[in-house]
Amino acid sequence: MTDTIFAPATAAGRAAVAVVRISGPNTRAVVEAMAGRLPEPRLASLRALRAGSGELIDQALLLWFPGPGSYTGEDAAEFHLHGGPAVVGACLEALIGQGIRLAEPGEFTRRAFENGKLDLAQAEGVADLIEAETAAQRRQAIEQVGGRLSQVQARWSDALIQALAMFEAAVDFPDEEVPEDVAARARPVLAALIAEIESAAADAERGERVRSGFRIALIGAPNAGKSTLLNTLVEREAAIVTATPGTTRDVIEVPLLLAGYKALLADTAGLRDTGDEIEAEGVRRAEAWAAEADLRLWVVDGAAQDVSRPPETLRAGDLCVLAKRDLRTGAAGAEGARAAERLGLSVIEFTARSPNDVAWLRETLAEKVVDALAGAEPPTATRLRHRSLLQEAAGRLRAALSEQDALELAAEDVRLAARALDQITGRVDPEAVLGRIFATFCIGK
Amino acid sequence: MPPVNARGKTWDVIVIGGGHAGCEAAAASARFGARTLLLTHKLETIGEMSCNPAIGGLGKGHLVREIDALDGIMGRMADRSGIQFRMLNQSKGAAVRGPRAQIDRRLYREAMQAELAATPSLWIVAAAVEDLIVEDGRVAGAVDAAGEHYRAAAVVLTTGTFLKGVIHQGEVRTPAGRVGEAPSIGLSDRLYALGLQMGRLKTGTPARLDGKTIAWDRLDMQAADDTPTPFSFLNDRIDVPQIACGVTATTAETHRIIAERLSESAVYGGRATGIGPRYCPSIEDKVVRFADKTSHQIFLEPEGLDDDTVYPNGISTSVSAETQSLFLRTIPGLEAVAVKRFGYAIEYDYVDPRELTPALEVKRLPGLYLAGQINGTTGYEEAGAQGLVAGLNAARAAGDSAPAYFGRDEAYIGVMIDDLVTRGVTEPYRMFTSRAEFRLSLRADNADQRLTARGQALGVVGGVRAAAYDAKAGELATARATAANLRLTPQEAARAGLPVKADGVRRDLSQLLAYPTIGFDDLAKIWPQIGDWSAPVREQIEIDAGYAGYLDRQAADAAAFRRDENLTLDPALDYAAIGGLSNEVRQKLAAVRPVTLGQAARIEGVTPGALTALLAHVRRRAA
Repeated sequence: MTDTIFAPATAAGRAAVAVVRISGPNTRAVVEAMAGRLPEPRLASLRALRAGSGELIDQALLLWFPGPGSYTGEDAAEFHLHGGPAVVGACLEALIGQGIRLAEPGEFTRRAFENGKLDLAQAEGVADLIEAETAAQRRQAIEQVGGRLSQVQARWSDALIQALAMFEAAVDFPDEEVPEDVAARARPVLAALIAEIESAAADAERGERVRSGFRIALIGAPNAGKSTLLNTLVEREAAIVTATPGTTRDVIEVPLLLAGYKALLADTAGLRDTGDEIEAEGVRRAEAWAAEADLRLWVVDGAAQDVSRPPETLRAGDLCVLAKRDLRTGAAGAEGARAAERLGLSVIEFTARSPNDVAWLRETLAEKVVDALAGAEPPTATRLRHRSLLQEAAGRLRAALSEQDALELAAEDVRLAARALDQITGRVDPEAVLGRIFATFCIGK
Repeated sequence: MPPVNARGKTWDVIVIGGGHAGCEAAAASARFGARTLLLTHKLETIGEMSCNPAIGGLGKGHLVREIDALDGIMGRMADRSGIQFRMLNQSKGAAVRGPRAQIDRRLYREAMQAELAATPSLWIVAAAVEDLIVEDGRVAGAVDAAGEHYRAAAVVLTTGTFLKGVIHQGEVRTPAGRVGEAPSIGLSDRLYALGLQMGRLKTGTPARLDGKTIAWDRLDMQAADDTPTPFSFLNDRIDVPQIACGVTATTAETHRIIAERLSESAVYGGRATGIGPRYCPSIEDKVVRFADKTSHQIFLEPEGLDDDTVYPNGISTSVSAETQSLFLRTIPGLEAVAVKRFGYAIEYDYVDPRELTPALEVKRLPGLYLAGQINGTTGYEEAGAQGLVAGLNAARAAGDSAPAYFGRDEAYIGVMIDDLVTRGVTEPYRMFTSRAEFRLSLRADNADQRLTARGQALGVVGGVRAAAYDAKAGELATARATAANLRLTPQEAARAGLPVKADGVRRDLSQLLAYPTIGFDDLAKIWPQIGDWSAPVREQIEIDAGYAGYLDRQAADAAAFRRDENLTLDPALDYAAIGGLSNEVRQKLAAVRPVTLGQAARIEGVTPGALTALLAHVRRRAA
């Protein structure tokens, strides 16, 4: 038989209320033993909760969710306890005494998935929702839990089956009354699907960024003021600041909330040719991180006498910060601004000493993040896993379109595309896809 | 075999029924070496084509090639009796070409009867089987109407549509089990008493026309291929004279008559409840469902070289004889047609094939194997292929050998049986190439390479076939080895006038052949030795080259498929004891009792989560 599991659903520590969940076939017996008669399904009732010895543990609210209409699809229940560690501890001990076991991480959601209550994309959404720290992450995750990606995928799969049917009709019924041009009718359907899938794949990067954070790299010559800028923006001493050039060696990533989005701000080693092996590695890492980042801030020391060469990783749309505005004496400021404008960079004059400057820079960064991540709607696909499957599907469909005559090959390509899409919700190849996913990730809670 | 007194002996295998499933089952069992007894009502109707006189087609032609590759008989019989051979989809890729032939019904029947009569280890007795002998929960033989007992280790039942068969023609209903033609009520009762899940299906047949009364000179004719392609790998040519078929079509007037008298039809009159095939609708269905079409195509297929009977393919019907006469005469070329026999619909019960193992054995009655229409399929080819598998497995069971299963990655036979026993049927099951996910690999042209060696290992391939295949396989291996060593640089190719990208990469013969602009003959000019390859070998090299990239991927997919397929499940698995399964999924698994994890995955409604739970359970027990 399936065993019955329990786990605290709320974080450890003191709180007004703590919730303990139970799921599995013995739920009814366990709850009856500890709390007496079961209440009406899904209606909260006050019960005296007792240990096996008969000792009163707590006056708790009890909720009873008979399967399959529960989160896991099994019989399930919740105790809402007074949230003291001793109360929760006594309750868990009593549950162990009932012969049931503590759940593995993610096991409730896994059971929901196994019982067909959630598909894989939805289970990923549950995990994201629990991890969500920002409003954007929450919006995106709740859409996925609601089945937005699953529904879009189902619609695409349906259209593919339709297109496949047209190819197969031409293949399997040559002597029958199938229109001559039936295979040609599939082509516009496929072309439209390719456009949709490719746009969703491109959009998935936005979704990944919302989940993992918009990456902003601070780059520039040693001692330009990058670390000071970082510390000012995150309002703490995250990076060591000294007057010695080359103080920052490794990449320092600090999360930052910008307009409801998570951003990752990275301080990097100052870019210069150096004989120091450790510093040289720092420079290499700085360049690599900057190249992958969504936005680069080229920090130029406005007080310096001459400007260093603009870093090669800069792209149009990046920002140039002329730091140390208050100390500005040298020619570097004007020269740097000219270089930045040639590269298509906006220039912001800045000093960490001016709260206005800091606010201005923060707003500019927030605008950049919003421009990049806030579409009219949350992205449909949100993970690298989704994006690579979408790209594979689009590639197969392009191959199918390029097969002018060989219908059996076009059909094969469409079949492979449909299979890639199916993997998004986890409908195929149980051993390979599921085995890997559940081994690598803790899906849901 | 010489006549024997069949009574009182213990046979290895008894096959009941002399249709296409029964013939193939009896022959396969005998090839395996089992002492086999074929019991059928009438010796004269063995191998009779009771419906459309044609064999093969898309998917179906693949099945015939596979039967042949396993040394079955249908392909060779069709080669002796085919009067119009056509390779369907000749202009499309090799994977979706299907050999098909119109058959001379008499020639086929005679060839089949002669073949079975000459089969060693096979005895044939005319008897109406009345019941099965069941001992200790196993089938142990059969009893005929005269009360004779025939004992055997295994029994194959291939009785077609005899279960509650009813023929509909207009408002006339006739029980199909006419005296002396169908196995008795007793046998039906025995099957119903097992409590097997049953369903009801329907199929139809058109009127048979007198060819002398058809105005052939006013019809379009469809000729046979110039060079007929035989079904059997053992034959390289066809000696039967080839004929053409007529092509005509229904008219608006035909449709008007049918629409007015629709209530005469078994379905539209509400007298038939069985489900008919979507791919083979009656003319009544066509008129109702495709009301916007004013005409439907009809092929006029002669039933034999010296037989005037013509089968009008495309207008199966169950309206009254009077109405049939009326509407037939509205069809161009049939204005003065005389009808030899009117069309009818037949309804019958079938056994839900989910009651069977992939060896086609009834799970609730070991020793009993079912094949053909009784399992919900339609078509001679589907029946023959199941017959072969059932006959082979009955013989193997009688000889204490393990059951032989065919995978979806190996054969259309495997696809069909897996579909049947895993998903059941909702309409008469017919094979299509689109049912085969490994279609590019499972071709009619390579059925022997896929199956003959396997058949040898299973004991169902005879010496003549084995020798012929070994010779071909040897030649093919040599040719492939040669081909791999024949290479050209782009400069060399350019000098020979072959357009290849100048990238400095040497290309072998197969890579060169994959170019649509490069033909085999171009390469034979450069390498004269390949000009000596036989036609079948050359064809194989060409086809493999054309599909190269796709075949590699299918091979990888097949390997992944095998991984799940190699995870065997105990048929006696207690699904109630496996955690993480919903009741619905438990019931589905318990009903089918899949033999592999892969098969479990293909059961409708079994969620990926359920499979993970199943896998975890199996692993835990293995550990």
